[in-house]
Amino acid sequence: MAVDAEPVQRRARRWHIAVFLAPAVLVYTAIMIIPLFSTLFQSLFNTVGGQRTFVGLANFMVLFGDPRWAASFWNALWNNTWFFIIHMLVQNPIGVVLAAILSNPSLRLRGFYRTAIFIPTILSFVIVGFVWKLILSPLWGIAPNMLDAIGLRSLFAPWLGQEGAALTTLALVSVWQFVGIPMMLIYAALLSIPDEVIEAAEMDGLTGFSQFFKIQLPLILPTIGIISILTFVGNFNAFDLIYVSQGAQAGPNFSTDLLGTLLYRTFFGFQLQQGDINMGSTIATMMFLIILVGVSIYLFAIQTRLRRYQF
Amino acid sequence: MVLQKRLMLASAALAIAAGTGGAYAQDVTLTIESWRNDDLTIWQQTLIPAFEAAHPGIRVQFNPSAPTEYNAALNAKLEAGSAGDIITCRPFDASLALYQDGYLADLSDLEGIANFSDVAKSAWSTDDGAQTFCVPMASVIHGFIYNADAFAELGLEEPTTTEEFFAVLDAIEADGTYIPLAIGSVDQWESASMGYHNIGPAYWAGEEGRQALIAGEAKFTDEEWVEPLRVLARWGEYAGDGYQAQTYPDSQNLFTLGRAAIFPAGSWEIALFEEQADFALGAFPPPVPAEGDTCYISDHTDIGIGMNANTANPEAARTFLNWVASSEFASLYSNALPGFFALSSEPVTLDNPLANEFVSWRETCESTIRPTYQILSRGTPNLENENWLHASNVLSGAETPEDAAAAIQSGLESWYTPGMFAD
Repeated sequence: MAVDAEPVQRRARRWHIAVFLAPAVLVYTAIMIIPLFSTLFQSLFNTVGGQRTFVGLANFMVLFGDPRWAASFWNALWNNTWFFIIHMLVQNPIGVVLAAILSNPSLRLRGFYRTAIFIPTILSFVIVGFVWKLILSPLWGIAPNMLDAIGLRSLFAPWLGQEGAALTTLALVSVWQFVGIPMMLIYAALLSIPDEVIEAAEMDGLTGFSQFFKIQLPLILPTIGIISILTFVGNFNAFDLIYVSQGAQAGPNFSTDLLGTLLYRTFFGFQLQQGDINMGSTIATMMFLIILVGVSIYLFAIQTRLRRYQF
Repeated sequence: MVLQKRLMLASAALAIAAGTGGAYAQDVTLTIESWRNDDLTIWQQTLIPAFEAAHPGIRVQFNPSAPTEYNAALNAKLEAGSAGDIITCRPFDASLALYQDGYLADLSDLEGIANFSDVAKSAWSTDDGAQTFCVPMASVIHGFIYNADAFAELGLEEPTTTEEFFAVLDAIEADGTYIPLAIGSVDQWESASMGYHNIGPAYWAGEEGRQALIAGEAKFTDEEWVEPLRVLARWGEYAGDGYQAQTYPDSQNLFTLGRAAIFPAGSWEIALFEEQADFALGAFPPPVPAEGDTCYISDHTDIGIGMNANTANPEAARTFLNWVASSEFASLYSNALPGFFALSSEPVTLDNPLANEFVSWRETCESTIRPTYQILSRGTPNLENENWLHASNVLSGAETPEDAAAAIQSGLESWYTPGMFAD
């Protein structure tokens, strides 16, 4: 009997796996993988004498070799990096602190704070950009009046119109909007630390700050790593907030120009400027590569070294 | 009695015509493609009935789409052969490309075309001006709108020279009730279109300067192109507190709320301002550099109308376009849309006094268009965008006028050589 059964089993292909995978694979291929590769492909072509021609890496040479293209690209890349630095230095530490405070069982109205801090995250960029533009408006905004009320009116400046201040201001607006995400993730990680571990620490005399730094922080490091990579990908794809509050020209004087706005202007054109699909794809490819490199560094260099604890 | 009878006959005829209109085989229906869906009621209630009354046998349908989708939708329809008979034309390169691809018919021999000046036709002519493919329909005129009550209160007169303009601004500032100028630099285009390109033609002599720029005989670093930037830089002192972060809607509100006295304007503001402002409005053209100089206005061509080269009814379409070129259309259109002025050279009288003031400058001043629109914005970096950027830098004080001019010029020179598009 056993001899008879074996060939039958070998012939049985497990079709159901393919069938169940098919919808996701097909949809993902159609709307993600094909567009991604056709964009990468497009960056190798250009229009020469009205004909679409393969030009190899010529578009990349223009992007890095032509002083104007290179200046806009490096400017956007630096702005993007600064945008990311502000998020890492402000958003994530504040998120950790808020989560630590929220996880304190003696805090009252925890549900209220949690919801209030998380709500901006679910608002549209358009609303956030518009509201903050109004708050910071030197004409009708409440920011100058509030500073006036505490005698600090002289500190107010039309930040969104200043070359030096605009990008940092917008980065902080974005921090305000998204600080709820690291807070929630870290809050969840803190809650998952078993009480026995905390109790054991207390038995050993570790309380307060030293308990947080010696026990809780090491346990939530993997979560902080995930948050950092999410922030990185989100920041280097950022576009909406700048577009809504400063327009596609990302003023003043391109001081808020991110890779996303540069890509938008190049790809779709702006006012009298005609869209340039090939140079746009070249910039998109660079964005893809930058994010790919960043994520790879995290995956291979950092994540493998993070120690995980199983309870 | 005779009149009554005629009236009855006429209405009977009309009733029959209306009832059986569709039955006549020679009835032709023209469809208009347009992005001006704001104008739908004006076309349906005013313009089309007037045309159909005068041209029995031709029916017209206005078929607008959303402004942001228009170019793409029109291109797709033209390629598929399903576009309407009449095409509303964007100015300059977008329509020129349609003409070169054979989608727009050559209208150079249309009788009505003679009613338009070369400036008006420039937006829809080939680079050498030999062929015109759209009938110019409307333009917007730049100038300054002011709070006439405030001027009366402070005993101020409309300035005619730059000197007087700054004297007026000084007087308003000294009084302190009003912000002298409603302009902000953060939206960039405001600084260029309402600032640099508004006051500039008086310095670079309008068309003469614009043509010289295209021909390569003038540069942005020349005195007549730098001087308006210097004037623009002085505006900063008279704009409101924090004008570096003031947006275009902020400027509009500052003015209509009566907090600012002078608004560097485009004529499209007229309808909105008259609705919102509860004070008397006045307007004056851009000031001239010195007493007795010719004044120049930016009379910027914005909308044209042309014929689908593959239309089945070319005769009816040409009849319609001739009507658009007539002064009847000009006065109907300009009155229905105060602030959008028909481009026909024949003088039009408008019911709206403020719009009338704007259009009257065509008689006393020379018209020109924004210098960046024709030919010069075909390359990268885009000249119009560069003008926005550097004009706003100058207004906000982030860049000197000389540096701005040098930057604009070097951007243009990096890709443009005079005559590169002539073949």
